[in-house]
Amino acid sequence: MSAEVGAPSAVPAAAHDSGDAPPPDAGAPALGRERGLWRDALRETFRKTSARIGGVLLSIILALAALAPMIAPHSPTEPLLIGGKVAKSIKPCIHLLGCAASKPQFIMGTDKNGRDVFSRIVFGSRISLLAGAAAVVFALVVGVALGLVAGYRAGWLGNVIMRIMDVLLAFPSLLLAITIVTVLGPGLLNAIIAISVVTIPVYARVVRASVLSIKEQEFVTADRALGVRGPRLVLHRILPNALTPLVVQATLGFATAVLDVAGLSFLGLGVRPPKAEWGSMIAGSRDVVFTSPHQVFFPGVMILINVLAFNLIGDGLRDALDPRLNR
Amino acid sequence: MTRFLIRRLLASIPVLLGIVVVTFVLARLLPGNPCVAELGEKATQAQCAQFNHREGLDKPIPVQLGKYLNKVAHADLGASFRQRRPVTTLLAERLPVTVELSIAALIIAVLIGIPLGVFAAYRHNTLADASAVVVANVGVSMPIFWLGLMLQYVFAVTLKRSPLGLPPSGRLDPGIIATPFFERWGVHANGVFRFVSRLLILNGILAWKWAIVGNALRHLVLPAVTLSTIPLAIIARMTRSSLLDTLGLDYVRTARAKGLGEFLVVIKHALRNALLPVVTIVGLQLGSLLGGAILTETIFNITGVGQTLYEAIGARDYSVVQGFTLVVAIGFVVLNLLTDIVYTVLDPRVRVT
Repeated sequence: MSAEVGAPSAVPAAAHDSGDAPPPDAGAPALGRERGLWRDALRETFRKTSARIGGVLLSIILALAALAPMIAPHSPTEPLLIGGKVAKSIKPCIHLLGCAASKPQFIMGTDKNGRDVFSRIVFGSRISLLAGAAAVVFALVVGVALGLVAGYRAGWLGNVIMRIMDVLLAFPSLLLAITIVTVLGPGLLNAIIAISVVTIPVYARVVRASVLSIKEQEFVTADRALGVRGPRLVLHRILPNALTPLVVQATLGFATAVLDVAGLSFLGLGVRPPKAEWGSMIAGSRDVVFTSPHQVFFPGVMILINVLAFNLIGDGLRDALDPRLNR
Repeated sequence: MTRFLIRRLLASIPVLLGIVVVTFVLARLLPGNPCVAELGEKATQAQCAQFNHREGLDKPIPVQLGKYLNKVAHADLGASFRQRRPVTTLLAERLPVTVELSIAALIIAVLIGIPLGVFAAYRHNTLADASAVVVANVGVSMPIFWLGLMLQYVFAVTLKRSPLGLPPSGRLDPGIIATPFFERWGVHANGVFRFVSRLLILNGILAWKWAIVGNALRHLVLPAVTLSTIPLAIIARMTRSSLLDTLGLDYVRTARAKGLGEFLVVIKHALRNALLPVVTIVGLQLGSLLGGAILTETIFNITGVGQTLYEAIGARDYSVVQGFTLVVAIGFVVLNLLTDIVYTVLDPRVRVT
């Protein structure tokens, strides 16, 4: 993503709007600023405590994912043996918190198959982040393309595209995702595809709304007069100015994607065992929740933290990028 | 107003048609052979041919679609392969279960979400506001299938012997049978009455059976709380930000300037206008509750629309998948339409556009 807004003319960088409302008045860009919209936005975003908390949480999860083999004390998939017996469903035991040092130490206990829950959680962060990212990127690419076409060619083609988007939006997203995964067959990749398909309309709508307002602006007319046409006009002039609502939407979409991947895996449609994924960890331990709840508790907390991180950052970004909200 | 309504209604027709086509295509694309699913692995080819012929599965897809559209227009959604019962009958049985759960969840969400949002806006930039924002953010990020399991553990296992103990699954204790209210009234049962009688709590009230009402309520608490989490958080956030916007408007300043107490200003003047966008959010949430119902019903073992659909997808029960998805999606569209209309009635400014 380019750090500079691509429009050559003196267009306020904030010329965007997430809804159908007319664009806000030239968001009064301060004179003499050189830093550019995105840097300012990031700075503004992380001035808020909530976004900072989100940033910290996300950094922790990113660190877990990146350093998983170094952090995880055991294998995420191999059952552990204690004295020749599989260490099934052992409660969390940390010496610092009062557990006898003579007992085997497991920060988050072991699951019913004798695997270390903490190690599985650490490795699970990789799948969660990757799946979320893949789902968002795929939905973004397709959604942006459709939104650009629908906004730029607002005639029958645009209409047809948007009506299809309406139809997709008419289904509860999880239901549609479940059906799509069932059609494609269970598995992580198919779950990612399903979640992307379900969220495409959201991006398409956001982009189309921006394009509709941007293409009426003077700098676009000027570009046209200079002979800029077609893909170049759309990709180099219009799209960069439509990015802000899109970035916000994508960050928030990341949260939804992570949640939905976990939900699908919980229903047995995403990641298959024995691979470590938070949703499928919960599903796998569901039958023992009444006797050893720690196996369900920790993966859920991780999902919550991960989703929360993206929501907090997304909210902060929205506040920072939406000139109407500057109070 | 009428013109707006007509335009809005006309605009939803292509969407509805699209929904029918999409559900049909999706159900057709489900892998696996319905004949094998129905007659078992040992079904001979002749048996399958006969089965396909009987179910109309041997015709070309467009012909099947045409037939299906025609049937849908006559409120015939086919029959379940597995249960050998019309899908409409199944729907009449399961839909009330989900409706009851969703309404309960929405009531919780509105009754807690709006006051929470108002409170946060009223105490803007205080610790109370920050805590409310934290609660809302955590709620929006909640994996509800996990929350459901944890609530089960806390209230059905840990607190089992205490007064706070709640049943972990089902709709009534085993052994309790809810007699439909119309039987007690001694009136003839029609479709609406049957539907209402499956809303256990309403049925209990109508039949004057308070023990059953209490029992059903106790069973409903955990699933309803689980399902309400996300809408509650969204409603609270929306109320807060909308009220904050309204509190900055001139007429609110006027109200303050003429000496009204802060409580009156917020509740009587600002809140009424601030709630307009909240109406839209509430309407939209009602639709998305159906998605959450799949997870909630699976966890709490409630045989509503969500669980039925999930099982039907696994079992390749085409007609059930088609019919249920169709009804859910149509319900979603209709709810959105109603929300729009309510919004227009409340806020005349919208009609112009």
